[in-house]
Amino acid sequence: MAEIILEMANITKTFPGVKALDQVNFQVEKGEIHFFVGENGAGKSTLMKVLSGVYPYGNYEGDIIYEGKVQKFNKIQDSVDVGIAIIYQELALFPDLSVYENIYMGNEVKEGGIINWNQTIVKAKEMLQKVNLKVNPETLIKDLGVGKQQLVEIAKALSKQVKLLILDEPTAALNEDDSENLLELIKELKKQGITCIMISHKLKEVAAIADKATILRDGQTIITLDAKKGEIDEPTIIRHMVGREMNQIYPERANRNIGDTVLELINWSAYDTQLGRAVVKDANLELKRGEIVGVAGLMGAGRTELALSMFGNPKNYKLMGNMALNGQPQNFKHTSDAIKAGMAYVTEDRKGNGLFLLNNITKNVSASKLSGIAHNGIINTNEEIKVAEHYKNSLHIKASSIEQLVGKLSGGNQQKVSLGKWLFAGPNILILDEPTRGIDVGAKFEIYSVMNTLIEKGMSIIMISSELGEILGMSDRIYVMAEGKITGELSREEANQEKVMALATK
Amino acid sequence: MNIIKETSNLIKDNIRDYGMYIALVAIMITFNVMTSGTFMSSRNISNLLDASGYIAVLAVGMTLVIVIRHIDLSVGYVAGFLGAIAAILLMQQGLSVWLVIPIILVLGIVIGLMNGFLIAQLGIPAFVASLAGMLIFRGALLQVTEGTGTIIVQDDIFNAIGNGYLPAIQYFYNRHMLTLIIGAVAVVLYIFSELKTRHDKSKYNFDVMSLPIFSVKLVFVSAIIAYITWILAGYNGISWTLVIVLLVTMVYHFITNKTVLGRQVYAVGSNPEAAHLSGINVKKVTYIVMGSMSMLAALSGILYTSRLQSATTTAGMLFELDAIAAAYVGGVSSAGGVGKVTGAIIGAIVMASLTNGMNLLGVGISYQYMIRGGVLAGAVIFDVLTRKRGK
Repeated sequence: MAEIILEMANITKTFPGVKALDQVNFQVEKGEIHFFVGENGAGKSTLMKVLSGVYPYGNYEGDIIYEGKVQKFNKIQDSVDVGIAIIYQELALFPDLSVYENIYMGNEVKEGGIINWNQTIVKAKEMLQKVNLKVNPETLIKDLGVGKQQLVEIAKALSKQVKLLILDEPTAALNEDDSENLLELIKELKKQGITCIMISHKLKEVAAIADKATILRDGQTIITLDAKKGEIDEPTIIRHMVGREMNQIYPERANRNIGDTVLELINWSAYDTQLGRAVVKDANLELKRGEIVGVAGLMGAGRTELALSMFGNPKNYKLMGNMALNGQPQNFKHTSDAIKAGMAYVTEDRKGNGLFLLNNITKNVSASKLSGIAHNGIINTNEEIKVAEHYKNSLHIKASSIEQLVGKLSGGNQQKVSLGKWLFAGPNILILDEPTRGIDVGAKFEIYSVMNTLIEKGMSIIMISSELGEILGMSDRIYVMAEGKITGELSREEANQEKVMALATK
Repeated sequence: MNIIKETSNLIKDNIRDYGMYIALVAIMITFNVMTSGTFMSSRNISNLLDASGYIAVLAVGMTLVIVIRHIDLSVGYVAGFLGAIAAILLMQQGLSVWLVIPIILVLGIVIGLMNGFLIAQLGIPAFVASLAGMLIFRGALLQVTEGTGTIIVQDDIFNAIGNGYLPAIQYFYNRHMLTLIIGAVAVVLYIFSELKTRHDKSKYNFDVMSLPIFSVKLVFVSAIIAYITWILAGYNGISWTLVIVLLVTMVYHFITNKTVLGRQVYAVGSNPEAAHLSGINVKKVTYIVMGSMSMLAALSGILYTSRLQSATTTAGMLFELDAIAAAYVGGVSSAGGVGKVTGAIIGAIVMASLTNGMNLLGVGISYQYMIRGGVLAGAVIFDVLTRKRGK
């Protein structure tokens, strides 16, 4: 029996109203590569935050037993001190500093408070050798590709004598070659006795290098699969990932009247110049009148980016390919062009970029179509109030009055305001990005009903969602995305949880 | 009992809006007591308002600039430079004043659009872009006044802008008749508009103040308007400067509250990303706000040059900081999206009152700066604290 380096026993972590982790139990042996797999929101990230001390001891229930001792991390530094390092998907490097400065940031090579830069560089070179990265340590981080940056992060972890390395979706942003390199390195580190915990959505990787894989679902550990027993293969993992019961009820739609194509994308690609990589790759998509098209996928699959690239391209991606509305090719210069052409986009992050939280309901509802309540540029306040009242009543927004500040509403009601704001713009094509995230069951049902009403009136909806149940329950057709590509299209009849998940983890 | 509760709720809910009015009244009463009535004398109040005019118009523009999360440091020397250009056009080129004023305002807009280009188009931080503008226009002012030194303006119409008063028509117990009439009209218009708003609100079943409190508010504000006009009427009446400031305030108040453009300005300020996704052209709004700022700087330059009846080599120095201070005292929020044009005017008057009152009391200039700095810091602290509680 190999030595157990880490055991997490009965870990439970509650946020107000939600149990993010529920009696999580697992063990990691020294020197193994242990994967965590699960849908969005299964609790993987929360679990890693508990482990690395982001949530201090006492903030959760249960025990972290590391190297045979119960650990009580009060801050991140406590976990670093015992040799645990976590590398997040969003790298924590300083782009304008050099490689060696980054490796020893917070862990400077110093004598009496004065940094010895020469020695730092020598040591940094050793670390870079360990991770097989051949760059001059004086190179600036921003001049390296993402793959190499990731290696610098690992070098940084190694410089702190790491024993347990945690990687959160390390290959999500990497291309094939870089991913390959990284996985090789992980295997190399394993030989040196470093234990690795990885979170990944790519089941191929899991099947290729995992010694163990623990499946999380709804905050619970479902099972730990063992490669030695031949248990780790894609179908098995998917089966355990999706095994959720479908008990959510979706409103019946009276008739499905699907008409002509209203929107079409042909070989559509979007390149993010800031990230330096394509976020949407060669997408082909079609939307018909009176249809709800679901876009499924895991986090980072490029769904929001796809929506933004269609909706006037506010992030200034470099676009390639063709987009047509009702057969007419379109080339939107600004979101206002997309709105004029009859599109609307209800954002995923309603607080961040959807609503004006310091303004009241009235001003939020009218914001996407101020021309609708104004004559010659002068706002008709009475007209505006009528509009706001209309949406407050028809969408059942619960607020003391339409003068209430949107920031003070509940999530469900904020979402309805966001929806009302876009319905007032009078779209034919409505893109809903995670329309029911973080809202209660009652409000969800109301939003589904509204969607059905809109469809019956001849609108077309693209619904981006991470919730499999919602995708399967509401969509007429489903596109699944992974790593910026549309990996498959499923009809309502043929779709099921396993098929969607298999495409999403392709 | 109910009325007391409503009053305290009203103050609690609107403390951010009422705060500076309360501060202004407190400052005025304090100074009036300390100077045994000199502060609120007709002559002093009239001077105070006229002397703060060129800062007040800047503060109006600055408020909108800060609302969209930018800043403009160039306004002082833009005002100084364009004031000098006005003097040159009048005295050396012999252009008519009716031609000079529009030319100067248009030049202001052009300068503002250049700022807008740097900020919106090239994405240069407003602080740096306008700091560059500040240096450039300081140099430009020196350049155009280098040969002549101070340029004396001898144009009666132009000088009247900063020094003249509305004609009295007649005197009523030694009081300026036209001023009294304007005051009376203002009171009537005020009451009428409040009644209409209240009527509209009850039509939609919104909460309105209870009748007694509403009446108290009406009487109180009307009394203040009446009192101010009565005081002004005791000296020379309403000055042209005051007319211009009031016009600017009314136009900007209307634009910010009643027009699509105004709505877009606040939308961009409170959440630029959401504004962009709502189809609002953030760049266009930035251009317009920066353009309006420099146009008001041009107006400020006209007011200042006219008031001094000359263009000097140092005109415009530190105007920008006075304007920024006035905007913050007037309740504009550094986080963007919040701030009223009327607040900016009140802020400018608060700052001018402090200077004026302390001068009357003979407070040393060193203490004056410290006290004004303290008031500015206090205003921003107040803003931050009340905002926290609001959430």
